[in-house]
Amino acid sequence: MSQIKIANLQKSFGDFTAVKNSNLTINDKEFFVLLGPSGCGKTTTLRMIAGLELPTSGEIYLGEEEVGMLRASERDIAFVFQLFALYPHMNVKNNLSFPLKMQGYSRSEIKTRVEEAAKLLRIDHILNSSISSLSGGDRQRVALGRALVRRPKAFLMDEPLGTLDAEFRELMCLELKKLHIDIGATTVYVTHDQLEAMSLADRIAVMDGGEILQADEPAVIYNKPATKFVASFIGSPGMNFINIDQGISNEQSTLNIEGTDFKIPKQYEISKSKKNSFGIRPENLSLTNDGGLKGSVFGVEYLGSRKIVTVKTNFGEIKVKTNISTSVKINENVQVKPSNNNIIIFDGETDRSLKSEFMN
Amino acid sequence: MDTSRSYLEPSSFSKKLAATIIIVYTVITLIPISWMVMTSFKNVNSAISYPPEVFFEPSLEGYVNLFTNRSRQSQEYLDSLPPPENWYEELVRSREMVITGPSKFLGRYSNSMIIGFGSTFASVFLGALAAYAFSRFRVPLKDDLLFFILSTRMFPPIAVAVPIFIMYRKLGLGDTHLGMIILYTVVNLSLAVWLLKGFMDEIPKEYEEAAMIDGYSRLQAFFKVVLPQAMTGIAATAIFCMIFSWNEYAFAVLLTQFNAQTAPPFIPTIIGEGGLDWPAIGAGTTLFLLPVMIFTIILRKHLLRGITFGAVRK
Repeated sequence: MSQIKIANLQKSFGDFTAVKNSNLTINDKEFFVLLGPSGCGKTTTLRMIAGLELPTSGEIYLGEEEVGMLRASERDIAFVFQLFALYPHMNVKNNLSFPLKMQGYSRSEIKTRVEEAAKLLRIDHILNSSISSLSGGDRQRVALGRALVRRPKAFLMDEPLGTLDAEFRELMCLELKKLHIDIGATTVYVTHDQLEAMSLADRIAVMDGGEILQADEPAVIYNKPATKFVASFIGSPGMNFINIDQGISNEQSTLNIEGTDFKIPKQYEISKSKKNSFGIRPENLSLTNDGGLKGSVFGVEYLGSRKIVTVKTNFGEIKVKTNISTSVKINENVQVKPSNNNIIIFDGETDRSLKSEFMN
Repeated sequence: MDTSRSYLEPSSFSKKLAATIIIVYTVITLIPISWMVMTSFKNVNSAISYPPEVFFEPSLEGYVNLFTNRSRQSQEYLDSLPPPENWYEELVRSREMVITGPSKFLGRYSNSMIIGFGSTFASVFLGALAAYAFSRFRVPLKDDLLFFILSTRMFPPIAVAVPIFIMYRKLGLGDTHLGMIILYTVVNLSLAVWLLKGFMDEIPKEYEEAAMIDGYSRLQAFFKVVLPQAMTGIAATAIFCMIFSWNEYAFAVLLTQFNAQTAPPFIPTIIGEGGLDWPAIGAGTTLFLLPVMIFTIILRKHLLRGITFGAVRK
């Protein structure tokens, strides 16, 4: 097992730059998730770490060794594909032993290792089955098993749960997490599903447009997003933004919107942009009769334990996560106000969050 | 209204109609072939009798004549010989002839085998490598190259017979097995590349990527993972190549005489005494039919899926 480090990594396909000047350090034994919308460069980054794509420039370190230009077969990593890529002309046992055969292990050693992996993944009863007879979940387990048997330096997974149905996905998510705890292998996992990312990751890197916007623990990514994109991509629903056509001065701690003063965390950064926005998550807002932003109820979504009320204001639609007991009617006039200090101001020019008492 | 069957399923009437058409078509195409096989088991007289004999006493005379050279002898000479040692000598002597030695048929037949299977193997092997490269790599001028490869089939191969004849004479490739294998491979290769490229495109590249991550080189991954998956396409391509090189006549007549002559130009030269030896010709063509038939039957399972160009994967 090893640390993975990428430095100034860049990948272009003709005129299109898929990954821009990326830097990341993935710690030993860490479960690291690359998260982003499709086309953001997360898979390309993973494929470069695997050696399936060669970087245009930059370095990739696996442990101490620079592997950027090595072939995939020389890197000692394992890769789990979205479509599993199990060899259809071999049965489960042969699929599992395929990576070991190349490395010249003895027959008995291969047998022991395959059985060990099969036991760990609870597929020992289907070792002689053909791939086409397996269910999605079992195929996933076999794919993981093929990655496991070799005891590689790192596991790379490209949306491995993407093709499973919802029920299996949840189950496999748990199994993956448990497996990671059991074997403690450095894992890089690519997904576009933020819930998967949140539940699996030790740390998450959010990517968009070929750039890594933020790499941190799930709670930090959620609560203290570094950019407006991260704030809107993470969370369901995402963060609310209210455009404020005013600059931010140092030590500022109130903000006047539509004639009402709102308390904000003390700001430590100056922004002269006239396109700044005020960001707040739906659960940090509450409905009130007085002293908030005026609007009318546009929609109510019932989520079982909470309700999401969409309020139409002069600043667009604002989503509020409220208590289940709150009862509002469509078109009813309400006011929305922050219920705590978890407020982030985003700079209008750079889309970065400004430093404040909250965002330190 | 009959609601017990789905709209997509053909009605029993159309099924019966389809079956009838297929049976009639099969019978029509089988008549000349069965006539040929029957002729091979007739004797010289019943083969040319009129009206034609549908029921006859089977004889192996055609096959004996195909494999032997014989000469006619006087009755006195035949009487002076020791009694025949086996059934075919007896058969020949009853026609007042003696066996003077084996005919050239076996040699021509094995030439056909060597050249047919050799060029089929070469076409499929080279075709698979080229198709894989065209399918996976960013080859410069890919579309133009593919069109060029296809364009080699836009004229009948025999149109270049004269230049090839001269080239082969200069190169010493005329009347050699190698020369014929190369020639048939060249003709078949464009078909092989185009057919196999379609199949290679259908194989997800993740398979060989998985193998490369598992420690195999690209070439090893190609042989261990890609080729087994492309079996359908390989089988279909192999049959097409085999049929062409097995049946090819014009170049074989032009370029081969002794050493590497194949069966197609040889069979018409089987001329008996006092008229064509139809049973021997029938025997030659029947035997000639067998290898392609057996080859096709062996690969039939793959062929049926292959004809649909792998459209039914997954």
